[in-house]
Amino acid sequence: MKRGLLWLPFLAFALLFGVVAYGLRAPADRLIHSKMVGKDLPAFALPAIIQTKPGLDTAVFKQGKPRLLNVFASWCIPCIAEAPQLMRLKAMGVSIDAIAIRDTGPAIQGFLSRNGDPYERIGDDKISQVQMSLGSSGVPETFVIDGKGRIVDQHIGDVREEDIPALLAALQGAK
Amino acid sequence: MTAFHSYRHPGLVPGSIGPHTQRLWLVRHDGPRNKSGVTMVAVLSLFLAVPALADSGLPPAALANTQLRDPALEAKAQALMVTLRCVVCQGQSIADSDADLAGDMRAMVRQRILAGESPASIRRWMVERYGDYVSYDPPFSAVTAPLWIAPVLLLAIGGWLARGSFKRRRRG
Repeated sequence: MKRGLLWLPFLAFALLFGVVAYGLRAPADRLIHSKMVGKDLPAFALPAIIQTKPGLDTAVFKQGKPRLLNVFASWCIPCIAEAPQLMRLKAMGVSIDAIAIRDTGPAIQGFLSRNGDPYERIGDDKISQVQMSLGSSGVPETFVIDGKGRIVDQHIGDVREEDIPALLAALQGAK
Repeated sequence: MTAFHSYRHPGLVPGSIGPHTQRLWLVRHDGPRNKSGVTMVAVLSLFLAVPALADSGLPPAALANTQLRDPALEAKAQALMVTLRCVVCQGQSIADSDADLAGDMRAMVRQRILAGESPASIRRWMVERYGDYVSYDPPFSAVTAPLWIAPVLLLAIGGWLARGSFKRRRRG
């Protein structure tokens, strides 16, 4: 019995070592995933931010066809990085609407003329109210909404080339 | 000074080179010529650095940084805000954070308190969207159980150990 106990500190150390080694190999997920995924899109109606494009409301997402909802801003640098990928998605026939966070019309206009315009509608969310109701914690984020207005997926951060297949699959699965 | 002129980077405006930069240059004078040139450009580049924009230029929302007129309601809002976690900075409450989104969250909390909503209901609304993450007052659940149980368990182990050692001493 006493002999067995002798190994106890060593076992405790091995356990601690294992925990630390595991933590080093698989860093914690620091992203804040929206708990709204799987739930209905909260009701909202946002005014237009630029004259050439309508604003955005919940009814748009209940027309039977899955759509992407992109949360972005003209002052957000990763949003510039993801713009070409959104243009690619648009070229593939994906409908994309957007919510502009804490932004102004002229700034959005400039952003779209510099980086391309993949959006059908852009809602103006000056005080991040709708962003919060979506459980979104930053820009850019992209939500996949099915044809009945239910949130089926959330992509946090800029959409990169390697993220496109997953987004397309989510859109396909939402049909 | 002639050496200084021969190494001046063509892209730099003469006016932007201050006395500190010159002194840095003179200290480096004895090193290999090419290397010094690179170092100087690197050092001067530091002065050209500007912070990257990560926040909007828009003014904060009304009530983001303005207290409610009724001190009782403001106290209620404040008590709630210090227990809501900023989802941008992740280590601060929204009461402490300067992030845009934290400001907008404070504005929302104050507005809803002003409209008569209870702090518990606002917290529920936030947790529904961001999960327990957003609350600095986590509920007792399978995940948080070790946090609550561990101190009690450790105290019990300590008591057991102490009992053992006291017994031994009495015998001896």
